[in-house]
Amino acid sequence: MAGAREIRTKIKSVHNTRKVTGALEMVSASKIRKAQDLMRASRPYARAMRQVIGHIARANTEVKHPFLVAREEVKRVGYVIISTDRGLCGGLNSNLFRKMLREIRSWHEKGVAVDVVCIGQKATQFFRRLDVNMVGSVTHLGERPQIAQLIGVIKVMLDEYTAGNVDRLSLVYNDFINTMTQKATIDALLPLPPSDDIASVHGWDYIYEPDAESVLEHVLTRYIESLVYQAVLENLASEHAARMVAMKSASDNATKAIESLTLVYNKARQAAITQEISEIVGGAAAV
Amino acid sequence: MATIRCDIVSAESEIFRGTAQMVIATGEMGELGIAPRHAPLITRLKPGQVRVLLEGGEEQFFYVSGGMLEVQPNLVTVLADTAIRARDLDEAAARNAKAEAERALADRSDALSVAQAQAQLAQAMAQLQALEKLRRTLKR
Repeated sequence: MAGAREIRTKIKSVHNTRKVTGALEMVSASKIRKAQDLMRASRPYARAMRQVIGHIARANTEVKHPFLVAREEVKRVGYVIISTDRGLCGGLNSNLFRKMLREIRSWHEKGVAVDVVCIGQKATQFFRRLDVNMVGSVTHLGERPQIAQLIGVIKVMLDEYTAGNVDRLSLVYNDFINTMTQKATIDALLPLPPSDDIASVHGWDYIYEPDAESVLEHVLTRYIESLVYQAVLENLASEHAARMVAMKSASDNATKAIESLTLVYNKARQAAITQEISEIVGGAAAV
Repeated sequence: MATIRCDIVSAESEIFRGTAQMVIATGEMGELGIAPRHAPLITRLKPGQVRVLLEGGEEQFFYVSGGMLEVQPNLVTVLADTAIRARDLDEAAARNAKAEAERALADRSDALSVAQAQAQLAQAMAQLQALEKLRRTLKR
């Protein structure tokens, strides 16, 4: 019965695994809701921000901010890459990184260098091994990310852009579509895409206090920050959703494994019993 | 009586939304009282109070740690910052982010040395095992 014993231990260990994956699944399910609430709470700010930006685009701004001007020659591009801190979330990070790798390769073929800042442990670990210049990183944002945690990495990139080191800036994250679907997304951040409105139909302008340039700088920086923050929240919701799905399929697989192992165990046990009986009968017949 | 719409939002939550008689805030250049049909204006805010005079004459106070105020003829938008911001604080944050990246990059050598150590360990173990075997054969 040596085989049966081994199988029994195996069954027990699969049982334990299923307990863990089941618990993780439930934890993620409740965290999705919280992450979605955060996403909802951050929307009014983004809406108000877009409104203000729209007004600015329509007004006769006397200065052209560098964030609004597209540069003709692109020598170096920047990416803000958002990933999770922890694993066990299916192919979420690897899909995102694969998409990013394609992008990096296509830039390298054109002879354009790539700068990245990484948000999240996984991206930091992945991109430090690549032929890209990692200029900033932040990890362990927790369940309630705050803008204050992101200011540093964003400023690093914006400074690079203002200094002319980076000519284009994009945001890489997982877009939360629904619980089953998350989409690896690359969005352009800078230069800001021109607004569709025909400029200055009204011919009015703001009163700027203290002056147009610094106010514009302030608005645009906050706008970029709010976009990155939103993407972080999207990615957080995606993480929990992906983890929930991954853990659910892991639990299902464990259940299947237990079933087939139990079958094997019963067969082994039956075989041992049969053998024992035939031995006894054989022994009795010999006497 | 004329009223003005007022939105106070921060990146992490909506703080206030409603109509007001007047909105009073601390702009970078001084106190601002925004009444309905104010000229379009945009300014940075200093950390301080935003007072909203409601229609019934009631007042509400909000504390903001800086931000922006935008005025359209019938709308006041306060985009409040959630964190205390200052140029040197931002710069310190940027330096931290850079340092973090450098630390992560430096970790690579650590990971490499761990792998090297593991390889050396495996080699030493193999040698020990060989020695053990040799000793046993010699005893016989």
